[in-house]
Amino acid sequence: MAILVDADTRLVVQGLTGSEGRFHGLRNRSHGTNVVAGVTPGKGGQDVDGIPVFDTVKAAVSETGANTAMVFVPAPFAADAMYEAIDAGVGTVVCITEGVPAHEMLRLYAFIEDRDVRLVGPNCPGVLSPGKANVGIIPAEIFREGTIGLVSRSGTLTYQIGHELTQLGLGCSTIVGIGGDPIVGSSFVDVLALFEDDPQTEYVVMVGEIGGDEEEKAASFIEAEMSKLVVGYIAGFTAPPGKTMGHAGAIISGTAGTAQAKKDALEARGVRVGTTPTEAARLVAEIAGA
Amino acid sequence: MIVVRLTPPDARTREATTEPDRGGRLARALDLHEHQGKDLFRRYGIPVSEGRLATSPAAARAAAEELGYPVVVKAQVLIGGRGKAGGIKLAASADEVEARAGEILGMDIRGHVVSKVWIERASDIAREYYLSLTFDRSAKKPLLMFTTRGGMDIEEVAATSPDALVRLHVDPLEGCHPWHARRLVFEGGVDDPSEQKQIAAIVSKLYDAFVATEAMLCEINPLIVTPDGEVRALDSKFTVDDNALFRHPDLAELRDIAGADPLEVLAREKGVTYVKLDGEVGVLGNGAGLTMSTVDVVTFAGGRPANFCDLGGGGDAQGVVDALEVITRDAQVRSIVLNIFGGITRCDEVARGILRAVEQMGLELPIVVRLDGTNADEGRAILRDAALPNLHTEATMLEGARRAVELAA
Repeated sequence: MAILVDADTRLVVQGLTGSEGRFHGLRNRSHGTNVVAGVTPGKGGQDVDGIPVFDTVKAAVSETGANTAMVFVPAPFAADAMYEAIDAGVGTVVCITEGVPAHEMLRLYAFIEDRDVRLVGPNCPGVLSPGKANVGIIPAEIFREGTIGLVSRSGTLTYQIGHELTQLGLGCSTIVGIGGDPIVGSSFVDVLALFEDDPQTEYVVMVGEIGGDEEEKAASFIEAEMSKLVVGYIAGFTAPPGKTMGHAGAIISGTAGTAQAKKDALEARGVRVGTTPTEAARLVAEIAGA
Repeated sequence: MIVVRLTPPDARTREATTEPDRGGRLARALDLHEHQGKDLFRRYGIPVSEGRLATSPAAARAAAEELGYPVVVKAQVLIGGRGKAGGIKLAASADEVEARAGEILGMDIRGHVVSKVWIERASDIAREYYLSLTFDRSAKKPLLMFTTRGGMDIEEVAATSPDALVRLHVDPLEGCHPWHARRLVFEGGVDDPSEQKQIAAIVSKLYDAFVATEAMLCEINPLIVTPDGEVRALDSKFTVDDNALFRHPDLAELRDIAGADPLEVLAREKGVTYVKLDGEVGVLGNGAGLTMSTVDVVTFAGGRPANFCDLGGGGDAQGVVDALEVITRDAQVRSIVLNIFGGITRCDEVARGILRAVEQMGLELPIVVRLDGTNADEGRAILRDAALPNLHTEATMLEGARRAVELAA
């Protein structure tokens, strides 16, 4: 099973002919991902190591049956690429691109809210279901296949925790990097709900960091909706006061947004929280009896 | 009652404990000075008092002579507590302006040296309101907030009288409509029809400015009503999105290099994310989350981190050299821990960067390196073969942090 990406994933890479798109597109394919198409306007008819390239996502979808898109185009054009993928009927869109303007994400999020589409990112490492499919830049060799669902706001921190889990002999069903931008397509709660419904997933590790209130919202969701055990980790316990001048954010969320506040919110709802990646991995091992 | 305030209330008085609008990550937004924000307000039709920027007491005097008295002399720094620190003063004559500007210019307000003052015609104030438009990242919508209890710390209003603070989301696809403003003024309890009309116009213009400049925050505190019934922005807090600056070159130019920490300026030039902290252990990681986690682990190991430095994604050898140059410019640094988990970043490139930095800069500080992920074996081999006396490798981030803390002692 796993979530978001699996053996049924038929991937179209937007920006496949660029250096990053090509490198990671081919790397994803070598992990077993069914990469069926690339899209680069003006380069339709070419191919990248045998993967056909189309001018539009629409053409890629009708020719190859692509059902998942990975966006690797530069930030000024990334929102446009996401709209195009959604319009072409792609059900899952994963945007790796960093630096997408926040106002574009505001509008894009409002656009997808009532549509039957799942967006992950932007500014995220992607989604990996070990042994099935890898869509993004997560180094698959760090992870083993298993029963732990891993969801994180941070890229390299995800690798760190995955590495620690692997050292303890634990594997993952799916690893989802949701991204750390102010507005992302999928939140912790969205991904936790998918893990709850996934038969392969037995436990979940949630990797958060300071700022915002997504971890607090996740805490309430876990208590109300989840039967599976969740372990948390939060980065930034010793972070100094931020440099922002605005206070409006804290007023809106009604939380301090600190690591301690998040830990408290999670623990109050029975979620155990590690203060280092090592401790978090050890907590999972304890629960999983490994 | 009419009050002329000596120290206009300053919403910057309280330090933020986190970076709530930016996911805890730093340097994703550009904070503007009060005078820059007011320039933008004026450009979008929001009434502000007339003022002039001055960098010397003589220029302050000349500005006041043009404006007429009394004037307020306001330090332009990107830090809270200007008023309390004595950075805002009233002046009723040319000599007073010159004296006050002389006192404020060069003043150190919590590490920020004042190089500019804003001279503004002092306002008579009958009432003080608050109006802001910001990103509600939780609801994923822009949020308007308004209260007639302006002029004070807005967090306190939110905490003590939440009903007095009107909050209203705007659908980003629909935009701001007159009814939004009507809800704000009626629910906020503004009774005067002329005030209602003026505030409604300001709300609409503030939304225009927010969208046009791709702002993360536009805040007016206080939004004053003069004894004549005129509504005006007495202060501004304006933050724009770094990621959108590529299409706003005029805003990008507003970045105040002079007022920023010189190490952070150097880091920005070199393309590394750097935040100065107060300790002795330099921290270099790749990715904001892992770097933050490394700062935590150094602290838990009993050390004091000297900085937060993120190589970013895909860091090459030169990126490592640049980052180490920034970190070692800080004279307080006594050891460095490099914590790298290679994904896009290749550990062999990082290792080459470390050797190049040591050679080019003649670094003698102890450097503890932890490498994992892409090409970690190659990276470790490069470091081992170099056999430099001040280079230490550790297998885990925990051990790396502990070692760096020991070596800084």
